[in-house]
Amino acid sequence: MSATGSDAIREPALVRYSAIAVAIAFLGLSVVVPLASVLVQAFGQGAGRFLAALREPETWAAIRLTLLTAAISVPLNTAFGVAAAWLIARYDFRGKGVLTTLIDLPFSISPVIAGLIFVLLFGRQGLFGPLLEAHDVQIIFAVPGIVLATTFVTLPFVAREVLPLMQSQGSNEEEAALTLGASGWQVFFRVTLPKIRFGLVTGVILCNARAMGEFGAVSVVSGHVRGLTNTMPLQVEILYNEYNLVGAFSVASLLTLLAMVTLVAKKLLERSKAVRR
Amino acid sequence: MSALPFTRRAGVLPGYGLSLGITLFTVCLMVLLPLTALIVKASGVDWSDFSTSITGPRARAAFALSVGASLAAALVNGVFGTLVAWVLVRYRFFGRRVLDALVDLPFALPTAVAGIALATVYGQDGWLGSLLEPHGISVAYTRLGVTVALVFVGLPFVVRTVEPVLHELDPKVEEAAATLGASRVATFFRVIFPTFAPALLTGVSLAFARGLGEYGSIIFISGNMPLRTEIVPLLIVTKLEQYDYAGATAVAVVMLAVSFALLLLVNLFQARVRRARGLR
Repeated sequence: MSATGSDAIREPALVRYSAIAVAIAFLGLSVVVPLASVLVQAFGQGAGRFLAALREPETWAAIRLTLLTAAISVPLNTAFGVAAAWLIARYDFRGKGVLTTLIDLPFSISPVIAGLIFVLLFGRQGLFGPLLEAHDVQIIFAVPGIVLATTFVTLPFVAREVLPLMQSQGSNEEEAALTLGASGWQVFFRVTLPKIRFGLVTGVILCNARAMGEFGAVSVVSGHVRGLTNTMPLQVEILYNEYNLVGAFSVASLLTLLAMVTLVAKKLLERSKAVRR
Repeated sequence: MSALPFTRRAGVLPGYGLSLGITLFTVCLMVLLPLTALIVKASGVDWSDFSTSITGPRARAAFALSVGASLAAALVNGVFGTLVAWVLVRYRFFGRRVLDALVDLPFALPTAVAGIALATVYGQDGWLGSLLEPHGISVAYTRLGVTVALVFVGLPFVVRTVEPVLHELDPKVEEAAATLGASRVATFFRVIFPTFAPALLTGVSLAFARGLGEYGSIIFISGNMPLRTEIVPLLIVTKLEQYDYAGATAVAVVMLAVSFALLLLVNLFQARVRRARGLR
């Protein structure tokens, strides 16, 4: 059973089994039970009702908006994350510490405050409110606000996965390629990108999962206009509050599936990264 | 070498200007500008409005609940998270990988999904609610419910912070303790625990900080009764919905200050531990 070391540093079997049992019971109660309840509620009344719930026009609009939001903010954050990681890992400059802190900042801010700051910026009473109103541009309670808030909360994901990888790998290969006459972009696409690919993909899928699942920040800026500014998590809330449990849990089960696929992909990537080393 | 900010010191690699440009542009536009808006708005709030917004009975109750429930949940996770990390690192058993993957689920599961799932499970007719209610324990629509949701949310922070430290623990140290006659229990508390205690404290603080700001997974199970089960993030949302931007900003600024102070403390503490270990 236990793989580690000699008998002197092993706990008695009874202790080991009880510890495992308590750990399983704790995770079972706090994680597995809620997870299972989502699936049971969604499919409990048959796959037909599940599919019908997803075909509701408002739900369908929410799914499309979520996909659109992720399709904009994930590529933006990928480009940003790679650039930021390259900058921080490869060069020495003043202000690096502050910059790193600012990049990580969205992780330590409550989602509600993440939404609030954009309302204060672009809302009717916000800093740019009068200017936007004069030009008839709406950001808050509209799709641009949702994209902005989502991009904000997912900003650090790619940089965080790629940066430690770049730092540990060093830049010898890049320098060798440059000496051999490769151009900057050739070095990036042929040397750097293959080197960071596992971290990059991990960052992108984590970023995507959060982009599609973000609730608090998006909820503040969305205004909940039915069929127009509701993403999937917001639609879950609306359906749940209307006591449409099958509908709410059907959308929720899609998001649960996304979370599970994300976790499995992350584990597989971690393993191939470990094998490669 | 120049002392100006953002001036490169050395190196032959290309792309400094481009990566600096992209990074600075994005950080200024997406992080600095919005935060400036918050500070500008907060500084424009009349001081007496500011203080009534954050010291009124409703705000005080919300802060007490958010801090109390986050602390309770972080402590629960400190105990069980350590146990889970220990089991994952030290024992090999059937289903270990599944258990390992489950730990990350609260990170990956959208908060709204967790919220409705917990509210349903702990509701009167729910799987766990129907078992607890006859014993007089109500979870849904109580402060206990807020704590339960925060335990769910905070678990990965403790496990994933403690785990790597347990991994790197040298078995020889434990063997030495055993050779010198220490019991397994004594070895755990006097040799193993001090090694991972800083990581544990960091994990608990991270879980606590996350708990303060958590919104989606709580609002469904809490019932959102002002003065009783209303958390701070919800108070901000409520004020926004009533177009009380000044009040929302005031509460948000206080909450931000609390969580930043907390993270700063964690960083200082970690630096200190690193220095102490380095000196030894």
